[in-house]
Amino acid sequence: MIAIVDYGVGNLFSLKSSFAAVGVEAVVTADAAVLRAADKLVLPGVGAFGDAAQKLRDSGLADVVKEEAGNGKPLLGICLGMQLLFDKSFEYGEHEGLGLIKGNIRPIADVIPADLKIPHIGWNALQLTRETPLFRYIREGDYVYFVHSFYAADCDEAVIAVSDYGAPLTAAVANGNVYGCQFHPEKSGDVGLAILRAFCEEDAR
Amino acid sequence: MITKRIIPCLDVKDGRVVKGVNFQGLGDVASPVELAKHYSSGGADELVFYDITASAEGRKLFTDILCETARSVFIPLTVGGGIRTTADFERVLACGADKVSVNSGAIADPSLIGKAAKLYGDQCVVLSVDVKRVDGVFRVFAKGGRENTGMEAISWIRRCVEDGAGELVVNSIDTDGVKNGFDLEMLAAVCDAVSVPVIASGGAGNMDHFIELFRTLPKVDAGLAASIFHFGEVDIRDLKDYMAKNGIPARR
Repeated sequence: MIAIVDYGVGNLFSLKSSFAAVGVEAVVTADAAVLRAADKLVLPGVGAFGDAAQKLRDSGLADVVKEEAGNGKPLLGICLGMQLLFDKSFEYGEHEGLGLIKGNIRPIADVIPADLKIPHIGWNALQLTRETPLFRYIREGDYVYFVHSFYAADCDEAVIAVSDYGAPLTAAVANGNVYGCQFHPEKSGDVGLAILRAFCEEDAR
Repeated sequence: MITKRIIPCLDVKDGRVVKGVNFQGLGDVASPVELAKHYSSGGADELVFYDITASAEGRKLFTDILCETARSVFIPLTVGGGIRTTADFERVLACGADKVSVNSGAIADPSLIGKAAKLYGDQCVVLSVDVKRVDGVFRVFAKGGRENTGMEAISWIRRCVEDGAGELVVNSIDTDGVKNGFDLEMLAAVCDAVSVPVIASGGAGNMDHFIELFRTLPKVDAGLAASIFHFGEVDIRDLKDYMAKNGIPARR
């Protein structure tokens, strides 16, 4: 069973439905006992990093997620949920993340040409930079759906895919059993579902 | 590189998809859920659902249809029609909408966009605007294009973007339903005024109109249409192939 961490940000209807579409039961929960009992965890998120990180800590679930990931349980962060896996974000100030992946979250404005729109919104192609079980059902150049204004930087070791938006932006990361997608697999059609299916097949380490 | 998006629009009334020519003469096309699935598997990049129901029962039916769609369609969903308060945002977001489009609701309450952007983020708030030339000036029309608000369109759009609208659906009443091409002059004025994504609507009659749109106005991010897709006059996969052949980035 997959547990989607519910810490009060965003609507999780589509995410839950997308797991149902690949034939896997997912529960949306804020209950630490359910998170501990689950086979895998998904950390979603929309909105601002500082606010979300605070809510995750205040709910007491930040420690649960860190412990369970530390025990080898597969964890997938999505969009802001991916960014929360990192050490630190520089989105409107400086905020601590979970520190499960080494690196920092920085504005995409720092690296893309000035004439490109922010946020980076829409369908972009994945360039797969490293072999990973997460991408076993997809191909180089497959399209996924992005909406973000900040990106994961200083994390070369963890990057498994980038997308070109005037500069190569981190699209997905992995560190052992901890995975993150900057894009929304639950909104990326069949390619997104194929990524979720691969995650569902991951075993604990 | 990011692709240009092709977006079918579903006007939903009493649980069925309809499409008017110049907003009049509505005709039944198909079931919204089935049509949404058809488009999603057929290469649509995103879907827009407009609730054009006036009754409370119709609204409930629309919300149910939306939930059913979001259970089986995994591309971005933008929902509009009858969005007047942040409670309306909540109602459709809880059913799996990713973005919420406001039109008359923002005209009636100009603070709505700011409030919604603060609660759900700019990326969630789409300004939909119906524009028509009146004595050579672009004016904002409300109530499904029936009522001239008297507001000048470009300044209204600018103001809404400043308040937090993260994307625009700009529909030309002058070209809507005419199938003679998008309103390039009006869209150019909008693109010059703002830096948020612009979805062009109104006037697409064939595949070449999309090529013309993206070639003439590289700042336009997406093209939206309804009847040409609903009646099978343009197939989205064919359109994407045609775009790629013409050097326009398309997801295939």
